[in-house]
Amino acid sequence: MIAYQISIFAENKPGKIAHLTSVLGKEKINIRATTISTADTFGVINLIVDDPKRAETVLTQAGLTVHLRSVLAVLIDDKPGGLDNLMQLLYQEGININNAYGFVLESSKKAVFVVDVDQTEKTEKLLEENGFQTLDTQALSSIEPTHNVK
Amino acid sequence: MYWEKNVETIDRKKLEELQLAQLKDTIKRTEKSYYYGKLFQEKNISANSIKSLEDIQKFPFTTKDDLREHWPYGFIAVPKDELVRMHSSSGTTGRATVVFHTASDIAIWSNLLARCMFMTGMRKSDVFQNMMTYGLFTGGLGFHYGAEKIGALVIPAGAGNSKRQIQLMMDFETTVVHVIPSYALHLSTVFTELKIDPRKDTKVKIAFLGAEPHTEKMRRKIEEIYGYKAFNSYGLSEMNGPGVAFECPQQNGMHIWEDSFLVEIIDPKTLAPVADGEEGELVMTSLQKEGMPLLRYRTKDLTRIIPGICPCGRTHRRIERIKGRSDDMLILKGVNIFPMQIEKKLMEIADVGTNFLIILDRADFNDSMTVKVEVNKKYFAGDIKQLEILRKKITEELKGELLITPKVDLVEPDSIPKGEGKAVRVIDNRKD
Ligand SMILES: [Zn+2]
Repeated sequence: MIAYQISIFAENKPGKIAHLTSVLGKEKINIRATTISTADTFGVINLIVDDPKRAETVLTQAGLTVHLRSVLAVLIDDKPGGLDNLMQLLYQEGININNAYGFVLESSKKAVFVVDVDQTEKTEKLLEENGFQTLDTQALSSIEPTHNVK
Repeated sequence: MYWEKNVETIDRKKLEELQLAQLKDTIKRTEKSYYYGKLFQEKNISANSIKSLEDIQKFPFTTKDDLREHWPYGFIAVPKDELVRMHSSSGTTGRATVVFHTASDIAIWSNLLARCMFMTGMRKSDVFQNMMTYGLFTGGLGFHYGAEKIGALVIPAGAGNSKRQIQLMMDFETTVVHVIPSYALHLSTVFTELKIDPRKDTKVKIAFLGAEPHTEKMRRKIEEIYGYKAFNSYGLSEMNGPGVAFECPQQNGMHIWEDSFLVEIIDPKTLAPVADGEEGELVMTSLQKEGMPLLRYRTKDLTRIIPGICPCGRTHRRIERIKGRSDDMLILKGVNIFPMQIEKKLMEIADVGTNFLIILDRADFNDSMTVKVEVNKKYFAGDIKQLEILRKKITEELKGELLITPKVDLVEPDSIPKGEGKAVRVIDNRKD
């Protein structure tokens, strides 16, 4: 299954993130996870939201520079070695990870790990062959995250 | 004290007679060039059109664009064999204008610079440290030849390398320097770092400030830091280079050498001449050049003629320090930059828009340029690494074009205000 991440180009200026969250809040779009990568004067904000297509539309309308990117949301066991199994597999297969971040699902003792790779479809196949479950947007929408881990 | 008393203090009437004869000769010489030959035929003008100095107004202006369009040899007025030197106004490929000199041009130019330097008090016994870029830029070699003509000991230090500059100054007891004003300020911080007091620990008594317009306040500040007299220098490669106009010991305006240049000040909008004392654009006709003589060249530099007679006894009129430009050229660290150069480079890079903003800053006596560039929405792929690579690419491209390294900031699309008509592309925060 393929999930989507919303990436927003942002200058490092006060109020940038507040603007973003207010637009999404007004539209009742839920944020599941966020990461920010910065390069001194600018950065990229990555969001996992419950309705990425609509988020793309409303953020674009609000004048933001947005890119919808396919990512893999991998369900892993929230226990020591859970993430390692995933990472070892990707490493052995020579898959380059552009970005990765996760959040824990406390209720189910599981965690969702979002990986942004160059060959999404090939990696998805590989993961499923190796017993990993990947979530799509719909599945991501129906789970309740508790806190983010990076 | 004069280098050439009879020329420098020449009676105005005699000077004008001399200019008239020189102007006719110059027009005869320019006629041999491809550009002027064709132009004179089209307009049916020639040296015979000149009966008085005012008749120069029958001739069209020459602009930098004309020079570019007829690059490289369209303005050469002698057989190519006669040329001994070329210089370029800036080192870039696309926007460069080239100028050529014969052996006689070099000799006359060197003499003009000797006249300038001698006027400020420099003598054969002096040690002259030339802290200017050598090479295509006229500032380095021009002063070098002039100082040798006086007979001074010349240290061809070149630009930059601050610690070595100070070392040379101390080791060889430099008495005269030629320096870009912003660099003089920067160098003072290195003196402080090394705990050397330039006022006490060096023997420099005269500085020539060139290649960059600066304010009176900045000059006084430099004089105060170093404890020397600083003299303003004006020139442009199209009129040889430095040595066109120079301050005398009065430090009140620059004598423009009217035995070598015919001076007009025009209103840059109406192109009509303005009266002495009124501000306008400086337009010059070379009166002695052979290799590449130019008629009514629009310098785009804004200044005015200072009315009245200078107490130093020189009869050549004085121009005020340059107030600005009638075009959008910027000068940073002595390098000439046109915003168009940046626009052209950005247009070649698909990932960015062509809306940009140039910000010039001065901090700790160091000038810098920031170029804000809008990221193109279509090319944003949510990848920070891609943006970093893009920024590096733009920096490299601009560095190659401008010969100085700007700081490049990537900004959001449509975040730079678009000006009405001609966009405001430059914010100059440089203060004294
Ligand atoms: Zn004077």
